[in-house]
Amino acid sequence: MSDTQHQTAAAHVHGHGEADYLSCATGWKSWAFTLDHKRIGVMYLVAILLSFLAGGVMALLLRLELLVPDKLFLSEDQYNHMFTLHGAIMTFLFLIPSIPAALGNFMVPVMLGVKDVAFPRMNLASFYLWVGGAIFFLLAVVLGGLDTGWTFYTPYSTTTNTSVITASLGVFILGFSSIFTGLNFLVTMNMMRPAGMTWFRMPLFLWSLYATSIIQILATPVIGITGLLLIAERSLGIGVFDPARGGDPILFQHFFWFYSHPAVYIMILPAMGVISELVSTFSRKPIFGYRFIAYSSIAIALLGFLVWGHHMFVSGQSPLAAMIFSALTFSVSIPSAIKVFNWLATMYKGSVSLETPMCYALAFIFLFGIGGLTGLFLGALATDVHLHDTYFVVAHFHYVMMGGTLIAFLGGLHYWWPKMFGRMYNENAARIACLIIFVGFNATFFPQFILGSRGMPRRYANYDPEFKFFHQFSSFGAMILGAGLVMCAAVLVHSLFRGKRASANPWGGSTLEWKCSSPPPHHNFDWPPVVEEPYQYDHIIYDPNERGYIEVEHIVDEFEDATEPVGH
Amino acid sequence: MITPLIAASTLPVLLAQTSGGTLVFPEQGSDFASAVDWLFYAITGISAFFFILIVLVMSYFVVRYRRRPGHEVEQSPSHNTPLEIVWSVLPGFILLGIFAAGFKIFLDIRRVPDGAYEIKVSARKWSWAFEYSNGLVIEDLHVPTGRPIRLMMSSQDVIHSLFVPAFRVKQDLVPGRYSELWFNATKPGTFRLYCAEYCGQKHSSMVADVVVHEPAEFDLWLRNEIDKTNNLPPAELGALLYKRQGCAQCHANDENSQGKAGPSFLKTFGTEQKLTTGESVKIDENYIRRSILEPLAQVRAGFQPVMPTYQGRLKDKEIDALIAYIKSLNSK
Repeated sequence: MSDTQHQTAAAHVHGHGEADYLSCATGWKSWAFTLDHKRIGVMYLVAILLSFLAGGVMALLLRLELLVPDKLFLSEDQYNHMFTLHGAIMTFLFLIPSIPAALGNFMVPVMLGVKDVAFPRMNLASFYLWVGGAIFFLLAVVLGGLDTGWTFYTPYSTTTNTSVITASLGVFILGFSSIFTGLNFLVTMNMMRPAGMTWFRMPLFLWSLYATSIIQILATPVIGITGLLLIAERSLGIGVFDPARGGDPILFQHFFWFYSHPAVYIMILPAMGVISELVSTFSRKPIFGYRFIAYSSIAIALLGFLVWGHHMFVSGQSPLAAMIFSALTFSVSIPSAIKVFNWLATMYKGSVSLETPMCYALAFIFLFGIGGLTGLFLGALATDVHLHDTYFVVAHFHYVMMGGTLIAFLGGLHYWWPKMFGRMYNENAARIACLIIFVGFNATFFPQFILGSRGMPRRYANYDPEFKFFHQFSSFGAMILGAGLVMCAAVLVHSLFRGKRASANPWGGSTLEWKCSSPPPHHNFDWPPVVEEPYQYDHIIYDPNERGYIEVEHIVDEFEDATEPVGH
Repeated sequence: MITPLIAASTLPVLLAQTSGGTLVFPEQGSDFASAVDWLFYAITGISAFFFILIVLVMSYFVVRYRRRPGHEVEQSPSHNTPLEIVWSVLPGFILLGIFAAGFKIFLDIRRVPDGAYEIKVSARKWSWAFEYSNGLVIEDLHVPTGRPIRLMMSSQDVIHSLFVPAFRVKQDLVPGRYSELWFNATKPGTFRLYCAEYCGQKHSSMVADVVVHEPAEFDLWLRNEIDKTNNLPPAELGALLYKRQGCAQCHANDENSQGKAGPSFLKTFGTEQKLTTGESVKIDENYIRRSILEPLAQVRAGFQPVMPTYQGRLKDKEIDALIAYIKSLNSK
């Protein structure tokens, strides 16, 4: 088979006539003032990874301290400051913006088939607001630290002499950053879909981000207002939360969780969207039950607003309220289960290839399975009374947030890395890193379920010696997990310098981002791409000369034998 | 990871009947414990079943349909509405069952029976005080077996949470209101009581014991303890109150002040000390009295203003006793 035949049959790959987005302009100003969603996405990526590094180092120090029941090297105050910062950084600076603002910013317009988001300036503003919020967090550390826990519960947060006001302002600013991203995505998807891109032709990653954006816009203002009330309470003594002035400290918890529970879905919904893309591409099968997955994202977004009270079963809320919140909590688990079943059904009779992103997707299903199912123990009222505020909860939300969101983020990062930077990483090394992360993660957090059910309360700088074995197990697991993450980072960074050039479509993806060059041209597409049903793989075939997949417009009979996908 | 999961789900069921706790639970000290543990194991069984099913199906598909030469994607439907409705609705029934069981047991945990024996609980950074109807205040919780105990709880500063793992009970203590918690201790012994709601610097030291007595022994204990407070000479009463009222959590009575939030009482009476304001003050009877009743008025340099007030919680006789005790530490 000659190359010329390929060329005539292959569909157009956008972008070979134009410089790619990385080299189309140079100098720091071309980055600092860029309106290109791809460059903003890359800046976000660097920024959130630095936050993750900071939060991760703190986590390792905390686990190191917990090797012994008494003090090892952190005083109680230092320990309390550190777990607060670990939680606040991971939640507000890393998890919430991770997939939407970094991967989403880069991919939403490309997957939608447009040149940019609806409001590029607002997009850049979102990034600088994030930087502003991060600076306020840094300031809080410099100006006396923060020891309230990331939850800022009153009246502790109104009476401690650490920098609660600075940190609350940081959260307030980060909230606007998040709202700007959500608003941008929502308008982009509503108003800018090109001809042929109907709602039900949108990739499921976009559906998940649409659902996420709804939450970001509706819930985030509440945390902003709560932060302002907290600041007013501290500085003016207005007494909204202070019982001595007729206020109610429990009211703060309602306000806080009215945002922070939906925020859990801001973190996990985009992760589920990523997994839908990965499972379909690496099984070469249309996603099973597209509409159920799409609707379940919206269902999760809406139901997620109605379950905040399950964080407060032992706070003194009435049994009636507890009953309603418990029942609603169980209802929100169903859409998550639907997605897992659909992913499995997608693999059925497919052609499953275990490249690194798929390894992360399988790890996600495993870990999110444990994270989701252990939620049942906490949704059920009687067991929650015992498990609330113990390490069981710590293990549960790390399985969801880290085993879920972080693993999906890494899967998405490995999936789109060749597209974003035009380089392939070392496949085997990346897979080994994935395995180490998987093993280290379970070794770190599974023992914490047992710690919790045995009665070990969370946020304890020192602990009873009977818990020592499981704490040490967990700490050693954390070292493995840390090593895996370092290796993962090393593989990716190495690829930037030594990696092979990536083809336009190295994995055989069917969504629009694979129809432009790697990295994409400045304007994404030479002309508006033709949009067809997503997740159709029959016409995407492996071409050894390209070291990637090409799309053929008409499958000519004699092609079929020679171009069968055999993995690579 | 499957092996520990199976271990976690089956082994403890066998061990739960025996005393002394299991792999996943501390021993059962109240009559809620068996119901809560039963629900826990039931959810574990259901979860383990579905989890293992998911992982097995996933592993089978990965192996069976792995990409390899000669293997083709087979045609299969891209959706199947009846199947999808079945797997959406069916788990709903199981979830409904878990919810109902959880709610039923929860109502038992919340509904305090009439005639329960009442103990007042007061929490403050970072100690507990348990007050009995005869006026005894003590730092550990003592209860009799076989009798419903109702705790009337309040906090003097921030939110705390009383958690006794062996009893499977937990309830927050919120400033400005009372909350209640009840249980029926089933066996004598000593159990741990933790603060479960983060409350600042020494949160992890806000720990007490629950001592469960046989009923007759409990009555005797209660009489003896209150007699002590009536008959002791002041300095010895002060030493007792130093422990019972939670002073010991933050103030050492020896040289070792490490990890304490407040200054040591040792050889401090009569000395001149610097305050946070820069002034200095003589540690005399009036300074101690004022520090007990208005702890934030004159805070010693190098310490945080975190001490809760004991206004209305100590009688004059008790304050005198504490002063006598602090004085007595000068000759130690």
